[in-house]
Amino acid sequence: MTPLGELLAAVITGREKEKITGDIPIFIAQDQDEKVQIAIYLSRSLDAAVHDLGNGVYYIVKH
Amino acid sequence: MEQSLTSIILGSTAGVISRIFLMRLDYRQYPGYPHGLISHLSLGAIASALGAVAVPALLNKDFTAFTFLALAAQQFREIRNIERETLRNLEENRLEKRGNDYIEGIARTFEARNYLVMATAFITSAVSLAGVWYAVAAAIFLLLINIKFMGGDSIGDICEVIPAGINFKGPVLHVNDINIMNVGLPASREKILNEGLGVILKPHNNNARATLHDLGQRMAITHTAAVILGSKKDVDTPEFTPLARKNPDTGELALFIMPTIKDMDALLAAVRRTPLLESARLKPLKAQAGRMAAR
Repeated sequence: MTPLGELLAAVITGREKEKITGDIPIFIAQDQDEKVQIAIYLSRSLDAAVHDLGNGVYYIVKH
Repeated sequence: MEQSLTSIILGSTAGVISRIFLMRLDYRQYPGYPHGLISHLSLGAIASALGAVAVPALLNKDFTAFTFLALAAQQFREIRNIERETLRNLEENRLEKRGNDYIEGIARTFEARNYLVMATAFITSAVSLAGVWYAVAAAIFLLLINIKFMGGDSIGDICEVIPAGINFKGPVLHVNDINIMNVGLPASREKILNEGLGVILKPHNNNARATLHDLGQRMAITHTAAVILGSKKDVDTPEFTPLARKNPDTGELALFIMPTIKDMDALLAAVRRTPLLESARLKPLKAQAGRMAAR
């Protein structure tokens, strides 16, 4: 495991649009369920981990 | 001439037997079986022959023959390099890495054991000049010393390993109170709560604390646990990676693992028997400042 992770993407629903900006891909889901599903697909295809900021923003990190 | 032959045979036999006994201790931490075993036994046989031949060579005032030992030392250093390289190459495709410290430790052990074998053969061969039974006694004595002192300590000797509960505070996985990692997916959290295991390692003293602080030692612990109990981690599920994190205030270490076989007793045994790495074994209590800090 490398000591530094690489932030690959973020997944949010429409309600969290105000909480994130930046130049990583940001995926916007219809609702909570779709957000979880997108996060799973992303993490499995990127071999990366899904983390939760606790404010509704999921982010995908390659460790 | 006959006496030389007897000492060579006795010395070599003692060396080979001690290599076989040391190999049994190696086996747990090394995958090269049966071919790795054969190559190490052969090298052990060569080492013991060299050690045993040295005594008659000295008696015949053949001092240049003695310098061949230096050549042997060169060869054994090469063994260390080969072991290191092999293990490093294998490491790339391992999900739970051994870590460089562990690899270095194994490579060093292989080199050192050949020297031990050579010394055993040399001493036995020298003692055999006094009589065959003296040589047998010396060989047994050296064998016991080899096994007792070169087996190395394990984690169970320096800290207490106790079962611990795993829980989530928000998205963050904890083993008791120690923060392990952030797990985002609700389904993964539930799986971890149902199938994960956690243990706490409580260091006995400041020496042990310094050893557990070492990342290489922690990797060796997670690697051993994952090899013995299996791990549910795959390339696309990094959240099931076994991890060891420490409590910064107390120096305690928390281990989290998603084992294939959920058996707490087996996990405790695996962690306790993890070898203590030479490179991680720090002794701050030997220093005056270290003792002052421990007051």
